Amino acid sequence: MSPRTLFEKLWAAHEVVPETADTPAVLYIDLHLVHEVTSPQAFASLRARNLGVRRRERTFATMDHSTPTDSAQLFGKVPIRMASAANQIRELEKNCAEFGVELLGLTHERRGIVHIIGPELGLTQPGKTIVCGDSHTSTHGAFGALAFGIGTTEVGHVLATQCLLQRKPRTLAINVDGSLARGVTAKDLVLAIIGRLGVGGGTGSVIEFRGSTIRALSMDERMTVCNMSIEAGARAGLVAPDETTFEFLRGRPRAPAGADFERAVAAWRSLPSDPGATFDRELTIDAAGIQPMITYGTNPGMSVPVTGSVPSRAGDAVHAKALAYMGLTPGQSMLGQKIEYVFLGSCTNARLSDLRAAAALVKGRHIAKGVTFLVVPGSQQIKREAEAEGLDRVFSDAGAEWRESGCSMCLGMNGDLVDKGAYCVSTSNRNFEGRQGVGARTLLASPITAAASALEGRIADPRAYLG
Amino acid sequence: MEPIRTIRSRTVVMPASNIDTDQIMPARFLTTTTRAGLAQHLFADWRYDASGAPIADFVLNRPEAAGCSILVAGRNVGCGSSREHAPWGLYDYGFRAVISTEIADIFRNNSLKNGLLPIVVDEAVHAGLIASPGAELTIDLERAALTLPDGRSVSFTVEPFARYCLLNGVDETGYLLAQDGAISAYEARLPA
Repeated sequence: MSPRTLFEKLWAAHEVVPETADTPAVLYIDLHLVHEVTSPQAFASLRARNLGVRRRERTFATMDHSTPTDSAQLFGKVPIRMASAANQIRELEKNCAEFGVELLGLTHERRGIVHIIGPELGLTQPGKTIVCGDSHTSTHGAFGALAFGIGTTEVGHVLATQCLLQRKPRTLAINVDGSLARGVTAKDLVLAIIGRLGVGGGTGSVIEFRGSTIRALSMDERMTVCNMSIEAGARAGLVAPDETTFEFLRGRPRAPAGADFERAVAAWRSLPSDPGATFDRELTIDAAGIQPMITYGTNPGMSVPVTGSVPSRAGDAVHAKALAYMGLTPGQSMLGQKIEYVFLGSCTNARLSDLRAAAALVKGRHIAKGVTFLVVPGSQQIKREAEAEGLDRVFSDAGAEWRESGCSMCLGMNGDLVDKGAYCVSTSNRNFEGRQGVGARTLLASPITAAASALEGRIADPRAYLG
Repeated sequence: MEPIRTIRSRTVVMPASNIDTDQIMPARFLTTTTRAGLAQHLFADWRYDASGAPIADFVLNRPEAAGCSILVAGRNVGCGSSREHAPWGLYDYGFRAVISTEIADIFRNNSLKNGLLPIVVDEAVHAGLIASPGAELTIDLERAALTLPDGRSVSFTVEPFARYCLLNGVDETGYLLAQDGAISAYEARLPA
């Protein structure tokens, strides 16, 4: 057999019916993650056709998007303020009960952001196909799983048939070599990659992130990179599984155990792209040249080094429109721009390592006056682990708000909002107009850049705070 | 779903590049549990001011937009969130086709499943369409061709199975359900 890429192996192993000129492939889905926002209409379509869920044991639901992060609302001490969100949460509870789908519901101790709890529980494993009605499903590709976001109609298809109709995407290798400099994180790396590719540069492709830099990343860091591959338009992001992957999964509650785990590892070792396998396209990135990054515009491709300035692009209407929305001037230095909010959270950067890195920086210090700093762990498990280490107190003592897990301020649909016209340094993934609230101005950055900026009340260089 | 064969309409032009699905349907309208009624929220943050009043110079609020079913968007439309509420809202408003130089994968898939035809054209054709808002176009899905106001015909690509479904007004669920034998055979080969 000719050498194959990781993607080609994943695809071939899940073809129920291969594609033809007239029909797409029927692709089998190993794990279907479901949440409250993109599933109600899919369950309704099953009901309308009198269909059930084909594989309940491969279907797994939680609530995160419209779910409040305020303890009183979450635990029922006060009603959920947004009536429509409360209705959506009840609808998911009802649908899961009716269709027999396992739900980590509102007050469950393992609830959290869907893309954080999949890996945390060990549901996410190399070699699987994983879908969810959410574009950041690409996160799970960090394990060498083919994972991608789907719409609600497709959520219905997977519930009913455990399959999707798919055309085979193209492949794009992004080779990253060299060491990341001090203060440069996986978030900065992926922002730099998106800046290079552009927000549509990955359209139609599955990216495999390769090279010595990627191999040296932890699983948390690989997830940050794969999470944002959708921001370059890619269908999915992948990292080949290796010892780092296997050690992460060992002992997780839903991962295989004992001899089964060793057998699974043996199979997973055959997944990486074969030597000599070719990609439709390749791109090479020098890791050593990357600096801490921040976005200045209204899509994730519009970024500069945090020490840089707002680019000037005379005659570029797109650029001018973005700067008008952001209230920034060409040539202006990013450092020193006053901010009102900092958000540490989201499926991109709300894992324990993210919280630790930010906490190390704020420990013993206080955030600037006039700044609201929201810290939202990615899951209830991460919240407990962080509290066991005292991170909650570090953040609270510094003047930050410590919340229950959820998508929170990443998207304005759960009550956590940035004011109109206010600036927010955010560890999330999208800086689109209005993403964090009507008129909100989002500046995407790493957890340590966010933390440093919270301390100064202005965009700050995290390297000044590193020991 | 209603079959689509021909779409004949004037265009609405939104020249902004990279129009993402958060603009098409802002997140706060995603707490609905139905597909209906989303037209009122379409492009809400560009369409209404803080008091909820229509912004007069936004294209969808202009009288000439009434009855148009073809949206010409700037380069690369539909990036970002997988929310199907974006095509639901566009369809509910009355759009039946979206034209751009590039269309994001998930938005394209979602559109095809909801009677909204995503059409990619080359830079030159796109520039011409952007420059002539209100141009009368005819889209022939059977031939996969677009007729420009000057009579020129431009072909476009549409995934053959999606085209079949749109032409016949059927959805893909029935086809997938009919694969039950193949799916069961595949499942029988899976390790326990």
